[in-house]
Amino acid sequence: MIELIPHGTTVDFIKYRNATAAASGLLVLIGIAIVGLRGPNLGIDFAGGSMVHVRFASDTTTKDVRGALAGTELAQVNIQELGGGDNEFLVRVPLSEEDRGAVTKRVTEALSERFGADQVEILRVESVGPRVGETLRERAVLAVFFATLMMGVYIWARFEWRFGVGAAAALVHDVFLTVAALVMFNYEFDLSIVAALLSVVGFSVNDTVVISDRIRENMRKDKRAALRGIVNRSVNETLSRTLLTTGTSLLVIFALYTLGGNVIHGFAFTLLAGFIVGTYSSIYIASSIVLYFEEKYPSAGRKVA
Amino acid sequence: MSDRSIFYRGLMVLGLILVSILYLLPSLLDPVPGWLGFVADKKVSLGLDLQGGTHLILSVDVDEAVRTYVEVNAEQLRRDLREEDVRSPRVRRTGDTVATVSVPEKFADDLQTILDERFQYFETISVKTEDGRVVREVSLNADEIARIHQSAVEQSLETIRNRIDQLGVSEPVIQRQGQTDILVQLPGIQDPERAKTLIGRTAVLEFKLVRDPVGGPYVNGDKPLPAGTEVLYGLVKGNSGKRSRGKSLLVESRILMTGDVITDARVRPGELPNSRIVSIDMNSRGARLFEEITSSSVNRQLAIILDDTVYSAPRIQERIPGGRAIITGSFTADEARDLAIVLRTGALPAPVHIAEERTVGPTLGADSIRQGVRSFIVGGALVLVFMIFYYKVAGVLADIALILNVVFLVAMLAGLGATLTLPGIAGIVLTLGMAVDANVLINERIREELRLGKTARAAVESGYERALPAILDSNITSFLSGIILFQFGSGPIKGFAITLCIGLASSVFTAVVLTRLVYDYRISRGTLETVSI
Repeated sequence: MIELIPHGTTVDFIKYRNATAAASGLLVLIGIAIVGLRGPNLGIDFAGGSMVHVRFASDTTTKDVRGALAGTELAQVNIQELGGGDNEFLVRVPLSEEDRGAVTKRVTEALSERFGADQVEILRVESVGPRVGETLRERAVLAVFFATLMMGVYIWARFEWRFGVGAAAALVHDVFLTVAALVMFNYEFDLSIVAALLSVVGFSVNDTVVISDRIRENMRKDKRAALRGIVNRSVNETLSRTLLTTGTSLLVIFALYTLGGNVIHGFAFTLLAGFIVGTYSSIYIASSIVLYFEEKYPSAGRKVA
Repeated sequence: MSDRSIFYRGLMVLGLILVSILYLLPSLLDPVPGWLGFVADKKVSLGLDLQGGTHLILSVDVDEAVRTYVEVNAEQLRRDLREEDVRSPRVRRTGDTVATVSVPEKFADDLQTILDERFQYFETISVKTEDGRVVREVSLNADEIARIHQSAVEQSLETIRNRIDQLGVSEPVIQRQGQTDILVQLPGIQDPERAKTLIGRTAVLEFKLVRDPVGGPYVNGDKPLPAGTEVLYGLVKGNSGKRSRGKSLLVESRILMTGDVITDARVRPGELPNSRIVSIDMNSRGARLFEEITSSSVNRQLAIILDDTVYSAPRIQERIPGGRAIITGSFTADEARDLAIVLRTGALPAPVHIAEERTVGPTLGADSIRQGVRSFIVGGALVLVFMIFYYKVAGVLADIALILNVVFLVAMLAGLGATLTLPGIAGIVLTLGMAVDANVLINERIREELRLGKTARAAVESGYERALPAILDSNITSFLSGIILFQFGSGPIKGFAITLCIGLASSVFTAVVLTRLVYDYRISRGTLETVSI
């Protein structure tokens, strides 16, 4: 039998709970600072505007592309180089009064005029109007909110209320830190990032549920033992499962991240960051909160610490 | 565990596998063999992000449709008043839904009668007397406005559908979305710009008389703009094939004829080599009208105007009977063809604006598929190998469950006729993660039970039993969030939610029911002495 975590391993996770609480607090503060200072980079899905993803037959510089677009009189054109080579670019034009079909047309025409039509390949065009952008934003926020609420309610119904609070706190913690990581590395928020964030939510809850389930089981087995010991034992008992699942999931996500191509890069990054944070939080945040409530409102008949 | 229960469960699993493979075949085989029968058209279709294509949301400018309607009615009202011998009636549109009518005071009753009898959908909002004239403001009532909105969207939908049919795109999606939007999806289209121009063109064709073929002086103010005229521009082609504003002309504002009389439009070769003209045929009303116009305006220039751009302004040589006209210009083959299409299919009742566009070129689509599939295979293979390495025979069992999970999932997507998009693939990856987790939970639990000194059989039984609540709880929470996502999500998120929900169901089934069956079989045979785990 190959064991990732040797049988009988007992790490006193709970011992570090003040340190990790402090670390989490610090990370969240840093996250707030990053998000506050930089602000999320809203993609055109949410902010509205137009984007043209273009590939040139030969190497080109950002400057050349900018030069080619100078004649279009489009304000605030943003040009970003993409991928490893020097021939793929994203051209973004913020929302304007003009009909959006016309904006992307002007960009593609200006580029083919300058570089020659056979040199320019338009890979992708996206354009979102203000009304659509607003709707998408609203629906994304609603989706995340209700999904989170639904999970919290389910856990509250299936477990005790303090597990529900713990899971919800872990969830908010994970989503927030993942968002902060996205902002830090300047990933653009679009619909696929929202889908990825929801996967992070799902994974984080999944982890918390597994540990909570074990805590509940051990609490039933031993009605008098201190909860501190039970939590510690439960985390240890599920530790190899936690690491195995996270490990195999990360294996797949890492493959997506490195081999999946430009289009799902942001998506894969979100999962990568979120799963790592999610694993940590289900061990520390969720169980710590359950313990915190135990200390405040001890269960009848159970030893304290 | 009775043999019979194992037999039936085995039969069920086997049946499911066979049905799934049947549903998978149409998606894998090309061409689809005829013997597949009714499942032959159950195919996983690829989303536009994977196969390339254009997704458009067009919003119909219904307010403009209302304005046009008010204008047309104002003109009609003026004509009706004249016919009833009301002198010097003045009618014009003064608001989005409002027209202002004024007649000399002694005709106030005639105006009242005509409004009551022929224009019931106008409500009077104010009446006053000014300089011996009655001035009445009338507004369209709410029912009429709603009716115009409705019909503008329906007609636009119909016209756009006709245009796309003529463009020859395979399997287009054209449907109404919300109150005023039209969703258009054109899979695998090669020239999205052209399609966009063709679909979005209002294509209002008008014939007007030219007052002065040189419009410049009226634009820069050298000459005053005569009453009842306007300056329009011709079409000039740049070197790159880009069209820009050309020569200006002064034309009379009065519309002599519009494109609604056209019954057919065809591209024909022009007089010069390699040139093209578009000929139009009119119905009998149009033919009569056209004959009248040409006979009364011999030697004047007639401007043929499409969407406020003058295409040509030929001089009328003689009366033209028969209801046939031609439009000349320096068209490319595609331009001439598209012009004929929009003339044939008629004008949109209102302008449409592109509210959202997502176009993926065919190369990027192919790249995405290749990279998506490659990363999926690499990641999946790593997991499969790891499971065998870590759990031995139990790992092989888990791997079979994982592979069948993908088979069930894709078969179900095919059966539902779902569309596979990039986020959908991500959903599959995520459910695989959950399926691995379920197997890990079970196997870790069996190991724990074995460590307690239980027999192989007891360890397997209590392992499954104890792992079940955690597996169910975690999958149900994810499933619930999947439903919420489907409810609130848009486009790509919906695709993600569908694969997630289907995948979760099949992963619980494969992990809990399918692998358990193998152990139960071995237990019933008495061959489960030890567990390789």
